[in-house]
Amino acid sequence: MQTTHRSSRILLPVRMAWVWLTLLAALTLDFIPTSQLPGMPDFVALVLAFWCVREPLRVSTGTAFLLGLLTDIGHGSAMGQHALAYVLLAYICGAISRRLLWFPPAAQALQLVPIFFMAQIVMVVVRLMAGAEFPGWEYFFSTFTTAILWFPAHYILLLPQMQPIERDENRPL
Amino acid sequence: MSVAGHSTPPIFKRGLPPAARLTVYLALSTALLVADLRFNYLETLRQGLAVLTYPLQIVASTPAEWAGRTLEYFSSLNRLRQENARLNGKALEDAKRLLRQTGLEAENKQLRDLLSMREKTPVRSIAAEVIYTARDPFARRVVIDRGTRDGIEAGLPVIDGAGVVGQVTRTFPLQAEVTLLTDREQSIPVRVQRSGLRAVMFGASNGLLELRYLASNADVEPGDVIVTSGLDGVYLPDLPVARVIRVERDDARGFARFLCKPEAGIERSSAVLVLGRARVDQPRPEEPPPPPAPTLRRKP
Repeated sequence: MQTTHRSSRILLPVRMAWVWLTLLAALTLDFIPTSQLPGMPDFVALVLAFWCVREPLRVSTGTAFLLGLLTDIGHGSAMGQHALAYVLLAYICGAISRRLLWFPPAAQALQLVPIFFMAQIVMVVVRLMAGAEFPGWEYFFSTFTTAILWFPAHYILLLPQMQPIERDENRPL
Repeated sequence: MSVAGHSTPPIFKRGLPPAARLTVYLALSTALLVADLRFNYLETLRQGLAVLTYPLQIVASTPAEWAGRTLEYFSSLNRLRQENARLNGKALEDAKRLLRQTGLEAENKQLRDLLSMREKTPVRSIAAEVIYTARDPFARRVVIDRGTRDGIEAGLPVIDGAGVVGQVTRTFPLQAEVTLLTDREQSIPVRVQRSGLRAVMFGASNGLLELRYLASNADVEPGDVIVTSGLDGVYLPDLPVARVIRVERDDARGFARFLCKPEAGIERSSAVLVLGRARVDQPRPEEPPPPPAPTLRRKP
């Protein structure tokens, strides 16, 4: 089957206020005290990866670094732990964005699994090197829950861009 | 700026290429990690940036708190009755002990007066509630609902009804983070109650504790009660900490492995008490008498 540029219907230009609002909302969701429930999705990584794929010129490693620092402070983890992982994540997402956008959202999610997994591996390696204890294999569940959420996130985050500019009764497109 | 993997056309000024920016941010993150994990330099930066995250945290935790309260409200009448009966019984038992304690305290004071020893200062304590376990899965920490506004400072010991729970490691205006004893990097100076042997206790990774740096022939048996020694001036002496459950003596190595089970419900208890600083009761050493002032010898 030949790939089509299906996931890229003609959209309105993105508004940066919306991007920042969604990133802030993701940060808030991430701070919900779930007491180490296994498989909690990493909302910040999800939304950050999404905008790095969609808007690689505006959201990239700098944003990732800032968000990573804020996540580190909110979680009480080592400073720079999330920042390091998110910076790598943002770079890779930016690098593959041109290719990724040719796939439908479900296939995009599948391709993002190894990237989210890499971000978690980076964090585990950093903390294990610092002498922390291994959090158990259930820690990696969140890679898959995050990737599954890519599908709904695709529609929610693109919603403002999908609105038609003006409705024409005679030509409804 | 340009998309990673695609070179920038030279006619447009777009700042650093993505790979260069990646290198810069990676270096920055690594520097932060080293500064935080190795040297603990970044507490002020953390406190400063926490001003930004704090409103978000409040927004995120309030609905969860409400949900918890609602569940509590609908908890069954039967359970509350049982708990009430149990607590009544316990109150009676405690009352008996408290009545005796008043007498004992008076007697103790008299005896101390007789021996002209200083009275032990009563320690201030703050009751707090564990709100949630911290999100960081690599450490064992909980967050309590009292912060600097209630007089909590980093370093204070935290206990529950049965024994020591941990130590306050980080404070925020309305909350504080308590590192549990079972964390791998948390240590506590202890004493074996039966033999009086002093040791240092660390968290073992599976929710247990272990005594380290004791020779393999040390006088520790399974079932021994471990209490705080109070030598550090942080923890009050004689608070119960743990009970030895297994001793693995291996003569080939110099040290034995002493596994202990914490007495307090470290990962379960929801109501805890933060103790104030214990005053170190040791008297200062006698100062040597000042040397006699040198006298100028008059020249004949």
